[in-house]
Formats: sequence, structure tokens, C-alpha cells
Amino acid sequence: MEKLAKSLVAVLILLVAAVPLLGQQITAQPETIELRARMPENGGWSQEFIYGQVNVPIKLRMTSDDVVHSFALGQSSRPSVEIFPGKFSETELTFDQAGEYTFYCTRWCGANHWRMRGTIVIEGPAAAAQPTSVPPLFLQLGLDLDAPHLAQIIPPNRPDTARARGRTNALPDGLTVGDTIWSKSPEALWKDLKADEALDDQEVWDMVAWGLSLQGSPGWLAQGRELFTQNCLACHGESGKGDGVMVRDLPPMNHDKMGSEATRPPDFSDPAVLLGASPALLEGKIIRGGMGTGMPYWGNIFTSEQIRSLVLYLYSFQIELEERP
Amino acid sequence: MEKTASYRFDLTRYAWVRRLLTSRWPQFILRAITLAGFVLVILTGFIGSPVGSRNFAVMFVWIAWWSALKLIMLPFGGRAWCSICPIPMPGEWLQQGWLVKPGGKKFNLGLRWPRRLRNTWLQSAGFAAIGLFSALTLTTPVVTAWIFVGLIIVAVVVSVVFEQRSFCRYLCPMGGFIGLYSTMAPLELRPQPDLTLVEKGAAVREWPRGCPWINNPAALKANANCGLCLECLRTETGANMTLNVRSFDAELGQPGAFRLDEAFLSLGLLGSVMIYSAVFQGPWGALKNAALYAGSPAWWGFAAFFLLASFGLLPALLAGASALVRRTGNLGKPLRMVFTRFSRALLPLGLLSWIAFTVSFAFGKMAYLWPVLSDPFGWGWNLFGTAAVEWQPYLLSATPVIEAVLLVAGLIWSGRTILKTAEQLGVRGERRWAAAPVLLFALAGTLTMLWLLIG
Ligand code: HEC
Ligand SMILES: [Cu+2]
Repeated sequence: MEKLAKSLVAVLILLVAAVPLLGQQITAQPETIELRARMPENGGWSQEFIYGQVNVPIKLRMTSDDVVHSFALGQSSRPSVEIFPGKFSETELTFDQAGEYTFYCTRWCGANHWRMRGTIVIEGPAAAAQPTSVPPLFLQLGLDLDAPHLAQIIPPNRPDTARARGRTNALPDGLTVGDTIWSKSPEALWKDLKADEALDDQEVWDMVAWGLSLQGSPGWLAQGRELFTQNCLACHGESGKGDGVMVRDLPPMNHDKMGSEATRPPDFSDPAVLLGASPALLEGKIIRGGMGTGMPYWGNIFTSEQIRSLVLYLYSFQIELEERP
Repeated sequence: MEKTASYRFDLTRYAWVRRLLTSRWPQFILRAITLAGFVLVILTGFIGSPVGSRNFAVMFVWIAWWSALKLIMLPFGGRAWCSICPIPMPGEWLQQGWLVKPGGKKFNLGLRWPRRLRNTWLQSAGFAAIGLFSALTLTTPVVTAWIFVGLIIVAVVVSVVFEQRSFCRYLCPMGGFIGLYSTMAPLELRPQPDLTLVEKGAAVREWPRGCPWINNPAALKANANCGLCLECLRTETGANMTLNVRSFDAELGQPGAFRLDEAFLSLGLLGSVMIYSAVFQGPWGALKNAALYAGSPAWWGFAAFFLLASFGLLPALLAGASALVRRTGNLGKPLRMVFTRFSRALLPLGLLSWIAFTVSFAFGKMAYLWPVLSDPFGWGWNLFGTAAVEWQPYLLSATPVIEAVLLVAGLIWSGRTILKTAEQLGVRGERRWAAAPVLLFALAGTLTMLWLLIG
């Protein structure tokens, strides 16, 4: 009798233990990965790395432990997937090239929101002839991204592309070549042109504006505005003043102590800030991020085209830019 | 103090009922099943979905079991749950060496529980602790799993070191709650009313294993400490014990002593249900957050408020009211006695507040059970085709009415008991209204609950 009772207990417990353990084996398809989103304060993504194979779909089952988050893939045009607490959202990803891909949260879930990033590592045969990618200009030029770069010369009026176009229909050669413009601050460009052309100060500034306008790809203005609103506004502020909700309580930026603490971003409504910075420098800062300043890095999140649009959009806080018709 | 006869019906007068209860098998099988369920809950807590509302462990324990306990088992069966609870089972097995047939090697030191702790203080503390972490437990399955693992470990250790079911009687955090409110249950295990004094005096220790709950069954008068383990029915003198159905008021309607720790537990439970209602049903998001983020500064504030209100403010108010009754009623009894007796009279208010809270809480959350039944681990299963049932609260329009009826019933029951208690304490004749302050206390408690639950 006693034996029977003991075996009954044992059998029942084994049965109960077997159900989930076996069940897990049967139902868990190896590609289904459960990804939990939490505010960075609560641990961020439950997995910082997700591993997969080339051309093998990865099925993500995502849920949030706290607030609403959103899953997006860097350098990709896939729409992001909302993640609600207590609900599961699923999405499937397939990569046809080995490499590392960044995923991130696109919802402002808190002050450290932008830290919600992770990496998807796709293994597989290395792509045959991958063109060695050109390093971004700021690396080629060896720019010191954190050095002070305030402009000394300030335009009398806001530089305006339309005004320049109204005055002449020929643009100096130096202004059309991409890398030249991209590696010089508007101020440096202005000095070059001023030496060559017989124009007054404002007219030269308008030329600079025109030159910059030509650097964007079609649709850059809308793209830049949208990206800025979504990703930068919370710190840099609507008018670029550096007074976004996320940084209001932080001390202002200070070049002498750069990197020693989180600060507010610079004030883009001050002409000296942007006109002294070359596109390559702004681009570099966006790609690399700050060093301990709180400025996130975006290099593996945006495509280089998106970053160009952002750079030009930033200039539009100071310069009247236009899209090419 | 004349005793009014109350209704009782001896179930064990039927031979088959007695046989069913005397055999250890039916109870054992139920306990084996609950034990398996317990293991399942721990497992799902650890390996199932980490989302509370998707996890069987959380849903089953804190919605299904906890609601069934408060809505059915406790009000109708008293300590019926304790009778089939699996938590002490492994420890007891070690301690006694057998499951259904006495014999086997005992493994225990058999120490007596420390005298100072032979009360409900530790149980109050455990219950309060669970309350403080409740918002966390409800949303985080691992916490539930850890609590259960902890309970089992403590139960085993206590069983090996101390005698009998000391764990159940003095430590189990649910034990205090269930024991106190089982006073109002219509089910009781009692000695035959016509036992001789000698029989009543027969120490239970002479029985083969003694009363697991450390009572003298032959002198049993109250439900609080009887775990309905039914072992006394199974002794040679088992025929002296009966299982009765009785009226709800049978025990509470009679004068009964109440210790200070029980008084504090009674008020603490009343306070806790109010705070639970505020956290879970109230519109205060900040309060919910404070309760949820255990360890945060806001949570410490919440914890302090919880403890002060439940174990400080309410007792202080009732002590004040009791002192007034004592003065105006010109009672010769010590304040401590007046206070404890009145806190006993407030038991119905507490129990029905818990039931009303459970109605609103459980009906609101019950719909979460269907998906969880089909997908207990949150792995995308669909066992019964109910995985995708959308959440919806049940009986939405009826719940406020049900809650109001329950709370008013609790008020009336407590009110009657307060008047009766006052009379037993010596409030008579034209001083009859001396009990008014305590009645007001009960009324205020009811109104607070009404406001919290119905708004
Ligand atoms: C979490 C707050 C935060 C967010 C979000 C943020 N930034 Fe910044 N940004 C800063 C801070 C702080 C600085 C100044 C410190 C530094 O340069 O490292 C800065 C500096 C910069 C600079 C350098 C300006 C200069 O003159 O040196 C650029 C360019 C910039 N941000 C662009 C962006 C863009 C584009 C985005 C959105 C894609 C963005 N930032 C989002 C905080 C932020
Ligand atoms: Cu987020």
C-alpha cells in the first residue's frame, strides 16, 4: 500500500515535469526566438545578440515587460514592429548575406531609450566579392570630431539658395564636386569662394547655400526631417537649440570637459556652431556618436544616404536649402 | 452568558462518509494531485513565458487558486484547503516516514515550536510580505516560482527540526489568513458533544502520532487551529470525533477568546484588503507603480504606508473606539479584552471585504485564464483551442451589485456580532448604544471598501 502511494507521487511528478520539457522539444522550432523588450533601466532587450544563418528565416516572438517598445532593423527600410506589454508580436527576418545587423527600439521609452540596441549575427559563407567599403570621409580626413569648431565669420543674413539661383545660373566649379564641399565647413567654403569671386559677402554665402543644396539625393529634405523628428528631437529640440525633453536637466556642453559627463547638445540656432562644422564632421559625429557625452552613435542604424540627409537637414537650421526639382 | 443553540449536523453519522474520511487514500490522492500541480507551477514559473498574464503559474495560482480559495473553499470549507495542501507533504513524509500507512523510518528532531512564537505573528509578517510584493508576484512568474520553492524548503526544514505540522500552524503565510476566517465556515471537526471529562482530558499525544496540528482534538472548540487533516478520525478513539456542517454563525455567535496577535491579524487583513483594492482596482497609476517596483524609493513609501495603515492605524482606531465603549458602557473588563473581542467581531467584515475584492479582481482577470489553459507556458501552443480568446471582463454590469451586497452583508453580520459582543462584555439596558463607536468603525470600513471597489 505504502509503496503504491509512493510510486503514485513519483509518477505524477515525473509526468508533470515531462510535459513542459518534452513539449519544449516538440514545439520550439529552433528558429523561433523569444525577444523581450524592457526599458534599458530594466535590462533592455532580453538578448543583445541573436544568431542566425544566411537565408534561414528567423522568427521573432516579441513582447514587452514594461511599456510599449518597437523593433526595427538598422540600415533597412523595413517598417518597425510595435511591441506591447503582455502581448506577443511576431516578425520574420531573412538575411541573404552574412554579417552583423543592428536592431533597435524606435519608441522613446525613457531617457536611455537609444541604448536599446542589439546585434543580429548572421553566419554563412562570406559573400564572394564584397566590395571593400570605403571608410567614411571623417576617417579618411582624420578629423578630430570633438575639437571646438566655431565659425568666426557670420553671414549678415541667412544664406539662401533661391537668392543665389536668382542672381546667376552658373555655379563655380568648386561648388559642384561632392567631396570638396563635404570636407569643408561652410565658413571655409565661403573663404575659398570669396578669394576667387568678385561678389559681396552675402552673395558668397548664398552661393555656399546653393552648393550645399546640390549635395542631397532626391527627397532628402523630407527624409531628413522625418529622421530628425523621430530620433534626434528628444535631445536636440525642435528648433535644434539643444533643449529637448531628454536633456533639459543636463549641464550645457563644454568643449574643455568634453566627454567627462553627459551634457546638452550644442545650440544649432547659433550660426557659429553649424557654419564652422564641415558636413564630414557632422556626418562623423552622427556615425560615431559622442565620447561619453550622451550623443548616440547611429552608424549601424542609418544608411549612409539617410545620414547625408540628416546632415543637410541640420544645416537647414542656419541655411535656406532646397531640393533639386 | 447563556449559550444559544446553533445548528449542527453530524456528517460522519453516515457510515460511508466516515469510511471515506477514515481511509487515507481519497485525501492522499487529492494531495498527490495538488503536489503535482505545485511542481507544475514551479516549472512553468521558471521556464514558461516571463509575461505574467501569459504564464500558467501566475494565472493559475494568483487568479484561479487564490480566487477559488477566497470565494469557495474558505467561506464554505474553512481550512478545507489545508486538508489537501501539498506544501507540507514532502516534509511530513520525511518526518513521519509514511504517506498512507504508518510505519517506516522517522527523520526528525521533533523539537517543540518556541513558546514565544506559538501565535500568528510570523504568519502576519509572511502575509504582509506577500502583500508588499504582490504586484511584482502577479506580473513576474519567476517570483511566484521562487516563493513556492522557498515555501517547500522552509516547510521541509521546519518539519525535520520541529514536531508535527509546526510549519502549517505557526509559519505558513496563508495559514493565519485561512485559520482566522475559518471561524465563520459552516464546517467543523469536533469531539462528540457527550464525551466524558476523562475522554476530553485524554491527551492526544497518546495516540499513535498525535494531532498533527498540535491540538487536543477531544477538547477542540474552534476552527482556527484545526487543519482538517482528519488524522484524529483515524485513531482508535476516532469514533469520538465528528465532522459537522453548521450554521455560518455557529462559532462566531458564541463568546470566544481572541489573542492580541489574532486581533492584529484580523485588523491587518482588513487593512490589506483595502490596500489591495486601492492598488489593483483603484485609478491611481502612481500607487500601482509604487507597488510594482519593489525596492524603489516609491515602493518603500508604499510598504511603510501598507504596514502603518494595516498594523498601526486600524488597530489604533479600533483601540480608541474600544476605549470609548469601555468608558460609556462602564465595563469592568480590561481594554485589551474589549479590543480583542471587538476585532474578532470584525472578522465577517474582513472576510466579506476579501470576497468582494476577489469578485471584482477575479471576474476582471478570469478571461486571461482561457489562453493560458491552452498555452500554459506561453510557447504558442493551443491545446484546447482557446489560446486566442480575447481578454474581456466578465459580468461587468453585475459585479458592482454583487460587491455591494457582499459588503453590506459583511457589515450587517459584523454589526450583529459587535452588538452581541458588547452584550457579552456587559453592555446592557440603556447603555446599549455604548457600542456605537465600534459600529461606526465597521461602517467606515464598509464605506471605504464600497468607495474603493465601486467608486
Ligand atoms: C540622447 C540625446 C541625443 C540624441 C538622441 C541625439 N543627439 Fe546629437 N548630440 C547630443 C549631444 C549631448 C551632443 C553634444 C556632444 C557631442 O558632440 O558629443 C550632440 C552632438 C551632435 C552633433 C555634433 C554637433 C557639433 O557641432 O559638433 C551632431 C551632428 C548631432 N548631435 C546629430 C544628431 C542627430 C542627427 C541625431 C539623430 C539621428 C542626434 N544627434 C541625436 C545628444 C543627442
Ligand atoms: Cu524602447
